Amino acid sequence: MLYRVLIFCLLFGTWMVFSGIYDVFHLTLGVISAACVTWMSSDMLFEHRDFSLGQRIRQGVGLIGYLVWLLYQIVLSNIDVLKVVLFPGGMKDVEPSIVKFRTGLKSEFGKFLLANSITLTPGTVTVRIVGEDFYVHALNEKAAAGLNGEMERRIARVFEPDNAFDSLGSRHS
Amino acid sequence: MTIAINILSILLIVTGLFLFLGASVGLVRLPDFYTRMHAAGMGDTLSALLVVLGFAVYQLHGFHDIRHDWPVLLVILKLLAICVFIMVTSPASTHALMDAGYEEGCEPLTKEGGNALKEDLARTRGEDTHDSEEDSLS
Repeated sequence: MLYRVLIFCLLFGTWMVFSGIYDVFHLTLGVISAACVTWMSSDMLFEHRDFSLGQRIRQGVGLIGYLVWLLYQIVLSNIDVLKVVLFPGGMKDVEPSIVKFRTGLKSEFGKFLLANSITLTPGTVTVRIVGEDFYVHALNEKAAAGLNGEMERRIARVFEPDNAFDSLGSRHS
Repeated sequence: MTIAINILSILLIVTGLFLFLGASVGLVRLPDFYTRMHAAGMGDTLSALLVVLGFAVYQLHGFHDIRHDWPVLLVILKLLAICVFIMVTSPASTHALMDAGYEEGCEPLTKEGGNALKEDLARTRGEDTHDSEEDSLS
């Protein structure tokens, strides 16, 4: 029930931002649509319903912190790829390889976030995930060296705080 | 104040366009399908983000007083929502293209022993055929 209220509030907030018209008629429409969507598909949004609201809020704050760090990484690797692409001698730095590493993340959402973050960072793209093995296409050695488990550790700190990370960074190409 | 807003938004948009230029040049210069996807992905993420952020900053021109100008904040929120949607959907499409390319047998250009996926696939498929041979024998 708590999660249904949360989802309704999220949906109705989105409605209010996107509609921008605040009279009785449009707000009623918004309430009806948000309630319908909550009723039909509220089980699609959050995976683990046993988390308390405080944990969720902590996760949300952690996610924002992670996204800021990710944006910084994206800027850094954008500059790297731009150097490779625009400089006359840059093409000799292109040594593509498909790197395999094993993740310690357990949850589906954690793996999803890791794969998307790797793809968002220019120079590395997740090609395939088989179980816990990630196959990542890297543009060159420098981009592949960025897959050192730092990203994974940060995701685990936010979403899997009880996941002990010892044996990570066991990357082999 | 207006000059500061102008300078900031021009700076953001021009940087984004420069990154788009880099992405286009990379699309032409890089050697194979997979490396070209890297360049395309670069254009998707930071450059689109910077251009849209530039628009959001430019919207601040219409913002003087929160009682009359709150719709401007809604426009900025919508622009930020575009950023979020790009960040979520662009890696999914990149990943889908990469996976489809690999499924279709498009060989990535790698140095010797640089393709872990090919080795693993060859090994598992080799084991599979081996198993089926044993089955047929027994």
